[in-house]
Amino acid sequence: MSEYTGVRGTVWFRALTGQASPMPGDPKSVLTADAPLGNDHARFLCVVPDPHARFPCARHGEVGLEEAFTLATRVREAIEQDKNTIKRPIIAIVDVKSQAYGRREETAAIFLAAAAAADAYGSARLAGHPVITLVVGHALSGAFLTHGYQANRILAFDDGGVMIHAMHMEAAARVTRRSVDELEKLAKEIAPMSYDIRDYAKLGPLYKLLHVENPAKPSRQEIRNVQGELVAAIEDARTSPVDLRNRLESTAAREMRKASLLVRTKLEAQWLET
Amino acid sequence: MSNKGYNANFINRQSFIELDARERATALFDAGTSRELLGPFDRVESPWLPMQGVTPEADDGCVVMKGKITGQAAVVVALEGAFQGGSMGEVSGEKMTAALDLACADNEKGIPTSAVILLETGGVRLQEANLGLAAIAELMASILVLRKHAPVICLTAGTVGCFGGMSLAAGLASYIVMTREARLGMNGPEVIEQENGVEEFDSSDRALIWAIHGGDQRYATGLADALVDDDTPQVADAIRRFVSKGVPPVHRSSQVALYRNRIEALDSSRQWDPKEFRALWATNGSNEEKR
Repeated sequence: MSEYTGVRGTVWFRALTGQASPMPGDPKSVLTADAPLGNDHARFLCVVPDPHARFPCARHGEVGLEEAFTLATRVREAIEQDKNTIKRPIIAIVDVKSQAYGRREETAAIFLAAAAAADAYGSARLAGHPVITLVVGHALSGAFLTHGYQANRILAFDDGGVMIHAMHMEAAARVTRRSVDELEKLAKEIAPMSYDIRDYAKLGPLYKLLHVENPAKPSRQEIRNVQGELVAAIEDARTSPVDLRNRLESTAAREMRKASLLVRTKLEAQWLET
Repeated sequence: MSNKGYNANFINRQSFIELDARERATALFDAGTSRELLGPFDRVESPWLPMQGVTPEADDGCVVMKGKITGQAAVVVALEGAFQGGSMGEVSGEKMTAALDLACADNEKGIPTSAVILLETGGVRLQEANLGLAAIAELMASILVLRKHAPVICLTAGTVGCFGGMSLAAGLASYIVMTREARLGMNGPEVIEQENGVEEFDSSDRALIWAIHGGDQRYATGLADALVDDDTPQVADAIRRFVSKGVPPVHRSSQVALYRNRIEALDSSRQWDPKEFRALWATNGSNEEKR
């Protein structure tokens, strides 16, 4: 399992857009840019660490109040601008440590800020924007729900530095009253508990795992390959339903989420009985 | 009413919090109209808990009921806070999402169907970690679609509160109803204390916890739409009111400019007294008229 470094977001944002600065008026922790991708002009968004962020609990790559509302603003701006024209792809580049754990955040309702960002991404998807998430590093818990998890398609690097999980291991051990060793052992046996991205892929939510030799320092060819994969995902999203059923209908999910599928079948049958 | 009225009300009240999830759900419907779907006798249980030596429940701590509220079709999905802290596992998560999707399909067929979600939950069930997180993401997507057609009403009544990823689901709801006993927030005080120390949040300070996360504060600052007593007829009445009201003109989670400006206006250099914050975001009880 890998430590969060917070460098990969900026590396990939720059690689895909040629830029690395926030839009005017935005906090330094949220990078937004429009850049060519295939035949499209896509909007890229990324949350990065800002050691001087205004809120002290959001200085190490956490998604806090300002980050969430900035994401919501920039995604909604794209929806509004493209109302009567071709819907540009929205690409969420994800390397986030966690949500911000702070008293100020709770007081000012970070739950609503996070919901507002998810609302914006989900609304973009429903409006016909292909929303594509590229997980280049960590995608933890509430931070991933806020930034990335509402996408039509999720791609991730097949790499030890990539981690998608509900809670980091130390905290999960405390909450479930297990030792870290016990948790590591369980994580090897039980796929949904695993911290390994290849086990996450077995659950079915991923569109594709991509291989990059060193995601902190990609080669030009690797960047071109990733762009090609994003273009393919955009194409696939544009010709598919705008809901998230693909996650449950994937080959992997049919194996690992049998209980989910059983719930849907039985509930629907009983719903229709009068 | 005599001057003993307050006490009489208190003594005669029918606690909602003391009911279990099945009783709570039933209490919200027009009498005699509800039926449970995928109940405990269907035995669709968590496949992941037994692998870890944890006893599953036959309904996975999630009760789905269909029936009528004020004569209109409605679905109620209630989490049982007493089972695994009301946490979202694969099965409980899918029950809620599938129920909302079916309600959505009925709306599209021309049968107006509202949804009420009773959230007594700490968020993701860590024994099913990534499937719980995935379930919450999918639930949120389904709320976003359903709330275009019919109101999705979130009710948080008990002392478990609504935390973690499920607080985002609450944030997407058309209306939020709370009691004074309930709490709503993304990160619970224990988690904040663990991550950022006791100076950031003293999780033993119960007065502080309720002053920040409690129903009273959330209502006073416009983050909840109704504050009700722990009284079953009062809770059911609030739900009926919001079912009748229908879809709000604008959802709270779509009011980005309003809240972004409010955050920008805050002094982030220090902690705030919850009372001071309340004065800044006060709505003076006009929440139900506001949107």
